[in-house]
Amino acid sequence: MSVKSASGAPARLPGGAAPKQGLWAWLNKRLPVDEFMHEQLTGYYAPKNFNVWYFFGSLALFVLVMQLVTGIFLTMFYKPGELTSFDSVEYIMREVDFGWLIRYLHSTGASAFFIVVYLHMFRAFLYGSYRAPRELLWLIGMLVYLALMAEAFMGYVLPWGNMSFWGAQVIVNLFGTIPGIGTPLVEWIRGDYGIADATLNRFFALHVAVLPLALLLLVMLHLVALHQTGSNNPDGIEIKEKVGPDGKPLDGIPFHPYYTVKDLVGVGVFLLLFALVVFFKPTLGGLFLEAPNFEPANPMSTPEHIAPVWYFTPYYAILRAVPNQRMGALLMLLAVVSFLFLPWLDRSPVKSMRYRGWMSRTALALFAVSFVALGYLGLQPAEGLYVVLARIFAAVYFAFFLLMPFYSRIDAVKPVPDRVTYRAH
Amino acid sequence: MRTDSGRSRRGWLAAALLSAAVATTHGAWSAEEPGASPEAAARFGADWQSWQAANDVADIPSVQRGARNFVSYCLGCHSLKYERWSRLGEDLGVPPRLLQQDLLPPGDKPAQYILTSMPAADAEAWFGKTPPDLTLMARARGQDYLYQFLKTFYVDPASQTGANNLRLPATAMPHVLSELEGLKRAVYKAVAGSAEGGVTQQVFDHFEPIAPGRLSAAEYDGFVRDTVNFLDYVSEPTQTARRALGVWVVLFLLVFTWLAWLVKREYWKDVH
Repeated sequence: MSVKSASGAPARLPGGAAPKQGLWAWLNKRLPVDEFMHEQLTGYYAPKNFNVWYFFGSLALFVLVMQLVTGIFLTMFYKPGELTSFDSVEYIMREVDFGWLIRYLHSTGASAFFIVVYLHMFRAFLYGSYRAPRELLWLIGMLVYLALMAEAFMGYVLPWGNMSFWGAQVIVNLFGTIPGIGTPLVEWIRGDYGIADATLNRFFALHVAVLPLALLLLVMLHLVALHQTGSNNPDGIEIKEKVGPDGKPLDGIPFHPYYTVKDLVGVGVFLLLFALVVFFKPTLGGLFLEAPNFEPANPMSTPEHIAPVWYFTPYYAILRAVPNQRMGALLMLLAVVSFLFLPWLDRSPVKSMRYRGWMSRTALALFAVSFVALGYLGLQPAEGLYVVLARIFAAVYFAFFLLMPFYSRIDAVKPVPDRVTYRAH
Repeated sequence: MRTDSGRSRRGWLAAALLSAAVATTHGAWSAEEPGASPEAAARFGADWQSWQAANDVADIPSVQRGARNFVSYCLGCHSLKYERWSRLGEDLGVPPRLLQQDLLPPGDKPAQYILTSMPAADAEAWFGKTPPDLTLMARARGQDYLYQFLKTFYVDPASQTGANNLRLPATAMPHVLSELEGLKRAVYKAVAGSAEGGVTQQVFDHFEPIAPGRLSAAEYDGFVRDTVNFLDYVSEPTQTARRALGVWVVLFLLVFTWLAWLVKREYWKDVH
């Protein structure tokens, strides 16, 4: 099919697709829709050997959109304020048509977001996705993670349940451990001498406007950086280094349609698990929605154990493992910040865990176990054996990062193949 | 619509009949209850911490009886401030006429929230604290907590109300159900402390009945279970609809995922 462009000459897009007639051509002359689709989807080559770990990036994007949409509907009925927040959430749960569904989608979505993001990050650990030339991609991803933590924390305060209140109390007070400016800083954050109406309203503003915008911007940058370098893959090989006569990577396939249809399956499986929680276990035994949060915030009544939601508990366990609160807060901060240095701590000659030796593998396994164990310990009371274990696992956690320059360098590695390993099925 | 309300009415009448003969309806639950054997009766309450409500919000007659129990025994002091009378009527299949006649306090309208008529200030003066709103109590504390709370009241002359509770020691709530349950006292046993330097401690062992109530132990157990079941319903009135919708959503997603997988397999035939 040969189509003439408006100027009469046959116009061809970089990918060879001919522009369509009429409105579509008119539009593309003014907005590079076809060009964008070609560059970012149909002409963007991704390695063909992605495994199950590579679902979590697109799933994170999916959950982000879901949180934005459900969040918009929630703001139509939610009323921030000491006297109105709790009641308006119950109003949504009981009297708004399908309000319960929107709310459960949003509350379950928050936890799902972290599950997906943690698995996405673990994938980077497994296959060295943070290594050159993807350091900046990793750093932007870490900024997404930090923005997500702030977003989740502030969203958690909004229902104004008793755990919201006390959780906010504990976390905001951490800023008070900063020498010198601690106390005035905490007052500045709260806008009051305690967690109060002013705090709740500013958290609302940040949760529904500032942080979502920051998240969207960072996610966009994350994708731009990804498409600049191209994806890593389970073999840790740069597919761009082996191109065919047409200049396209031999081991690459166009993202659309191959990965769009594949990711659709991922979305289906994810939604199945997600729906099981939303419809049959929305509180997940107090893990996704905590029982004390069904009582309104009460400054006069402290819950038995104050614990943040599960996705913060690894850091919370580290905080409580240290007797000195200031040191604890510092270590907690370091635990998060450590991720940023990963591209420069890792000195292994190979990227993927597939071709690394027992030292790197053991270190990563111990790190993963410590992270989960700390997550569990952060939910338990800080006493007795729990504290001892938290200290041990915190030590392993930091050792993983601190010793990485050594064990990753001396660890025996296997030869990396020229081309990616892929078995058609 | 007509058949629906007809069915609801039959359900409600059935519940009314059942409630008139509470004893017969709770037979099934009474197997593990005291009175089954003298030995069990002697040790009643020893395992109270493992008691479970084991309620079922899909059991509408039970929730209806629970609503009746709530209105008769709880509403005097406790509100359900997030639940409207009309919602309760709709969800439990209580026809408007019966709702008006049997449940609504005089002067209240169906669209109003379920509120106690006890003034908060008086309540605080009388009990030392305002009785809490119970709408979300089942979600905040759990059904088992409520069940254990309502079953572990005992006579305690040292308490202002004359009653105390194992689940919530020093509770401000009097044992308002004593006329139904009867009175029981707590029997303690001395346990030699090992960690505390050998100081002997008094630990709860079991309950001992003092005076019978209007209901047998099995009937009272059913009464409590129905009430907890109602509080479970009221803590999340949409939960039955949620589960029902969930089945369809999961079925849809199974089909969707299967189709998506077929599409994926077709496309990926080109990839070698």
